[in-house]
Amino acid sequence: MTRVYVLLVVTWIRAAAQYPVSMTLLTAGSFLVTGLDMAAIAVIFSHVGSLGGFTLPEVMFLYGASGMSFALADLLFGNVDRLGQHVKAGTFDAMLIRPVSPFVQIAVERFSFQRLGRVAQAATVLAIGLAHLHVPWQRLWMIPVMVVCGIVVFTAIWTIGSSIQFTLTDAGEVGHAFTYGGGQLTQYPLSVYGADLVRAVTFIVPLAFVNWQPGLYVLDRPDPLGLPYWLRFLAPAAALVLACVAALAWRSGLRRYRSTGS
Amino acid sequence: MIELDGVGRTFTVRARTGRLRRDTRVVHAVRDLSFEVAAGEFVGYLGPNGAGKSTTIKMLTGILTPTSGRIQVAGLDPSRRRTTLARRIGVVFGQRTTLWWDLPLRDSFTLIRHLYKVDQKVHQSRLAELCEVLELGGFLDKPVRQLSLGQRMRGDIAAALLHDPPVLVLDEPTIGLDVVSKAAVRDFLRGLNAERGTTVLLTTHDLGDIERLCRRVMLIDHGSLAFDGTVEDLRATAPEGASIEEVVTRLYTRQAG
Repeated sequence: MTRVYVLLVVTWIRAAAQYPVSMTLLTAGSFLVTGLDMAAIAVIFSHVGSLGGFTLPEVMFLYGASGMSFALADLLFGNVDRLGQHVKAGTFDAMLIRPVSPFVQIAVERFSFQRLGRVAQAATVLAIGLAHLHVPWQRLWMIPVMVVCGIVVFTAIWTIGSSIQFTLTDAGEVGHAFTYGGGQLTQYPLSVYGADLVRAVTFIVPLAFVNWQPGLYVLDRPDPLGLPYWLRFLAPAAALVLACVAALAWRSGLRRYRSTGS
Repeated sequence: MIELDGVGRTFTVRARTGRLRRDTRVVHAVRDLSFEVAAGEFVGYLGPNGAGKSTTIKMLTGILTPTSGRIQVAGLDPSRRRTTLARRIGVVFGQRTTLWWDLPLRDSFTLIRHLYKVDQKVHQSRLAELCEVLELGGFLDKPVRQLSLGQRMRGDIAAALLHDPPVLVLDEPTIGLDVVSKAAVRDFLRGLNAERGTTVLLTTHDLGDIERLCRRVMLIDHGSLAFDGTVEDLRATAPEGASIEEVVTRLYTRQAG
């Protein structure tokens, strides 16, 4: 699976590399445009000292961690949301006759290398935030764990969204509400939102486990909503459950696949 | 090699009949279809538009799951063992390429070698052989999107055969081809069947394909088998001296009536 994934990625990058200027510009453009997000946060902090009870470096840390997860998930598997287009165009049939999971094939189809720009931007913000925070080294282990769990959570939501497209080919936007929406939502400390929303993204769509709950552990902060302490360690479990749901949704979608005429 | 037993596939079609009202209708694309194709056979699969040809092909390749009945291709249930079956079957869709649009043909072939885990040496000799017979040499380095239809079709056929499958399924492989390309494709398929013993099932609207290639013809109409026999048997259904077009027209219209 991984071997095939890497193989397909290399092939697509080689195809894209035939236009080196376009590839460089797109990557730089992605870096700059996503940087505007961070600029917006900086503007807010030029007017207020804290956001939802969090300082600028803390917000940069939360933003960077969620951004890393989102950007890496988008880079590696984001193309899965093009399923509806492939179903409509009939190109999905061609993926089904290959001895390789159609999920992998669709994830890397026209691999969007330029999304690396967004990863770089998030990594920069995360690094700057951490440099100002003096997180004790005993708590640092949580950072890679939360980034990986975040990738799984976003990928799973994308997969569920595209599984719906097996039957409703135009439902791509439903998935976007949760992925792009979730990416935006988790850029800020969840304490700036209402309590009901935070509970919903903790227990229903587990976006809070992308950066918020594990982030509270890294920052060693009390939960503004008073939710139990052990929730901070639940990100891997939440990611695993969501991944299983996504796998089931994908399989059942595939069985319902109707193909096109001709 | 291919076995179908009481296979059916229905589609639920929703039609808008009012502002909010929707009618749900069940369409039987294929119903109670049973046939067998033995190893080494060359079978033509005929039928008017919308008769269920492509639906059958898609069920044989595991793309569609049948709603009823049982299918075995190369010893496997296609919808349950789709990825395993992919290694034992070659598929060509005439209407649509299975190659990668932006990749040169040569890269597509290399990619296929890796996807199917074909040994490098075996691949090289197989590719050289296919290049020679299908005359691919002149456009191996062109991206697929720049190929002419005839070139693309030969590329598609080569791609389907690189892993040397015992079964080859083609959905309208000669559609839109000029006489020369058509002859090249036909010659190649005939040779493949005769020399390598590959089992071939093809759908077509071109009766020349049937006359020149197939020993056996199956005709599907309204989702069920209307004729199954040799080309001579097919001719015998019409008065002496009728052309194959007339024979088939008779069969199509008889079924519709």
